[in-house]
Amino acid sequence: MGQSTANVELGMEQATIEGVMSRHRQDSSAIIAILQDLQEEVNYLPEGALRYVAERLDIPVSKVYSLATFYRAFSLEPRGRHLIHVCTGTACHVRGAGRILDTLERETGIHAGETDAQMEFTLETVNCLGACALGPVVVVNGEYFGQMTGAKAARLVKKLQPAEQE
Amino acid sequence: MEKLTSPQDLERLRATCLASLDPHKPCVTVCSGTGCLAGGCKQATDAFRQEIERQGLADKVDVRTTGCHGFCERGPVVVIHPQGIFYQHVKPEDVPQVVAETLGQGNVIDRLLYTHPQTGEKITYERDVPFYQLQKRLILADNGFIDPTCIEDYIARGGYSGLARALHTMQPEEIIDVIKRSGLRGRGGAGFPTGRKWESCRNAEGEPKYVICNADEGDPGAYMNRSTLEGNPHSVLEGMIIGAYAIGSHEGYVYVRNEYPLAVKNLALALEAARAYGLLGKDILGLGFSFDVRIARGGGAFVCGESSALMRSLEGNVGEPSAKYVRSVERGLWDKPSDLNNVETWANVPHIINKGWEWFAGLGTAGSKGTKVFSLVGKVNNTGLVEVPLGITLRQIIFDIGGGIPGGRKFKAVQTGGPSGGCIPESMLDMSVDFDELAKAGSMMGSGGMIVMDERTCMVDVARYFLNFLREESCGKCTPCREGIARSLEILERLCNGKGQSGDIALLEELGELLQGFSLCGLGQTAANPVLSTLRYFRDEYEAHIRELKCPAGVCKALIVYSIDAARCNGCGACVRQCPQGGISGQKKAPHVIKQDLCIRCGVCLDTCKFGAVLVQ
Repeated sequence: MGQSTANVELGMEQATIEGVMSRHRQDSSAIIAILQDLQEEVNYLPEGALRYVAERLDIPVSKVYSLATFYRAFSLEPRGRHLIHVCTGTACHVRGAGRILDTLERETGIHAGETDAQMEFTLETVNCLGACALGPVVVVNGEYFGQMTGAKAARLVKKLQPAEQE
Repeated sequence: MEKLTSPQDLERLRATCLASLDPHKPCVTVCSGTGCLAGGCKQATDAFRQEIERQGLADKVDVRTTGCHGFCERGPVVVIHPQGIFYQHVKPEDVPQVVAETLGQGNVIDRLLYTHPQTGEKITYERDVPFYQLQKRLILADNGFIDPTCIEDYIARGGYSGLARALHTMQPEEIIDVIKRSGLRGRGGAGFPTGRKWESCRNAEGEPKYVICNADEGDPGAYMNRSTLEGNPHSVLEGMIIGAYAIGSHEGYVYVRNEYPLAVKNLALALEAARAYGLLGKDILGLGFSFDVRIARGGGAFVCGESSALMRSLEGNVGEPSAKYVRSVERGLWDKPSDLNNVETWANVPHIINKGWEWFAGLGTAGSKGTKVFSLVGKVNNTGLVEVPLGITLRQIIFDIGGGIPGGRKFKAVQTGGPSGGCIPESMLDMSVDFDELAKAGSMMGSGGMIVMDERTCMVDVARYFLNFLREESCGKCTPCREGIARSLEILERLCNGKGQSGDIALLEELGELLQGFSLCGLGQTAANPVLSTLRYFRDEYEAHIRELKCPAGVCKALIVYSIDAARCNGCGACVRQCPQGGISGQKKAPHVIKQDLCIRCGVCLDTCKFGAVLVQ
């Protein structure tokens, strides 16, 4: 794959990828930081972009793939418009995070780690957000919702759903 | 900003910083740690700035956003100096009144004060709030006073004086000796003596040497490192520079969780400011020593908190631990001598250099010196960060500082040490908290998470929870860990689903021994602790799951039944509207009934009912 590869195949702008790599001085030991920055751009790691980076930095694609699957923060799948994180840290767990997750799974129709077919929601769990005093905590698109209950979680999803689906 | 080229320059800057701060000038400090941010402190801060301007007090009052004050339960927290008036749960709509009455006229607003839970008395000053009164704050001492993005605030409070003293008046060996004598032990979990680690790294052959700060705070329920980096990043940096000088290192890294964006941001600002003043980089303070630090963001893998895995990750590899035939102080990052210490360990260093090892060794117990920050969370009234001298009892932390268990429920256990730790029962609450006592009780200090559990917490479910966490986080490289955890989890899930078998407990114990004895790294070696410690103290709960098919705490879904207490139900119908199954029926104003064949035990009715009429058995 050469540098002329179309952006469609890369899954993102070639210039963006180049920009991220030059920010890290094309340093192959900074590969994790490069992947983090790429993911910040498009919310996931497109296969084309991974192949492109591997070739440009002269790292085997298999290694880039193993990094992208080893670290929990990376996603190889595109994510939905609304990113819902349920904190399942210990403090949230003992305060009932499990029931919150059940409710969110039921209301969105997807399991943790999945994105729905309409690309509305991605539901993910996170080990701890360090906001334990507010537990159980749910973060929707970066906004924190504390002291959650099943009923509050259900209302949250209903509010996010596009009008025509209601 | 001019580069400081001598310790005298630093003192001159300090004098200027102090002169610009009038200790009598009123100052509103708004806690802007993550807990309070989530609670809406930003809006409160904006409201203060606008309102102070509007009421014409702009020249007379300062507004400062600070790091975490620790009392997250009461956020957003506002403290008004110089008096130290403590206001809790401050919302933007409260601000005009605070500005007009407290700042304008000096009156205290009663409804924003903290109420003593036992006496019902209103407490005006932060220093009198029991949550703070019983703490001994060293690491968190300045969090409530300084703006973490402003290096001058840190310098005004004595910042970098330890660095100047170390570089100017002490030999590296002398520093190591001071740290050794102080008795400082690693705050990341294992409690290895810090001075000895430094010494081994200094004496190891090979160049360059690396100094690393472990800020990959992966323990769920622990956030003290985050608060330190967010609230006082220079204290960590100063400790690292002193350590680097003692070890003979010129390059350092901070490996920080990417889930902590504010910590990453404040740390990056701190590095920039320190470089601009010549406190970091080439020829620090004109004293000939050079050292610089880079930030590496973690990828969300718990195992990367382990030293060898962290170093592999820093090199840009998958974070798999390696066997420790050779220690990382000899061959660590890029096979060079590397010293890795936790955030809190580093932050202790400037204090020890400034106040002397004798002072530090005077705090704590025989084997565990100094203070420790704990994140006191879970089923406890005063959730937050508490810093106490080591040797204090669990009861003092949970009941005197933490204010006990909410809702009048009964304390059951406290979990310390994260997924590698264990659960400690009520009978041991008077145990002193230090590295050795916790280990004797089958738990560990860990990084300082303290999760309080009450009678509604199922200990089998807690063990299952941790094993599930560890199964996901095990890197899978060694078989004992990969298989041992997965098989243990299978058994625990079986128990929680009411399918337990009679030999299961013995099997769990056997798997625990396998994990402890044969796993490659600390993750696997300690993975059985949550199971073994709960089995040790709460065996009857395991047996109830197997023999009676009951979950005494009312948590495990397969073993519980939801019902409505006819005596308490007034038929308001709130649960009927919320039940996702349409499984509750009843006449208006008459007791309702749950249809058991439809109930999925989601608990929405329990959350909804305001009259405590939903029962779980």
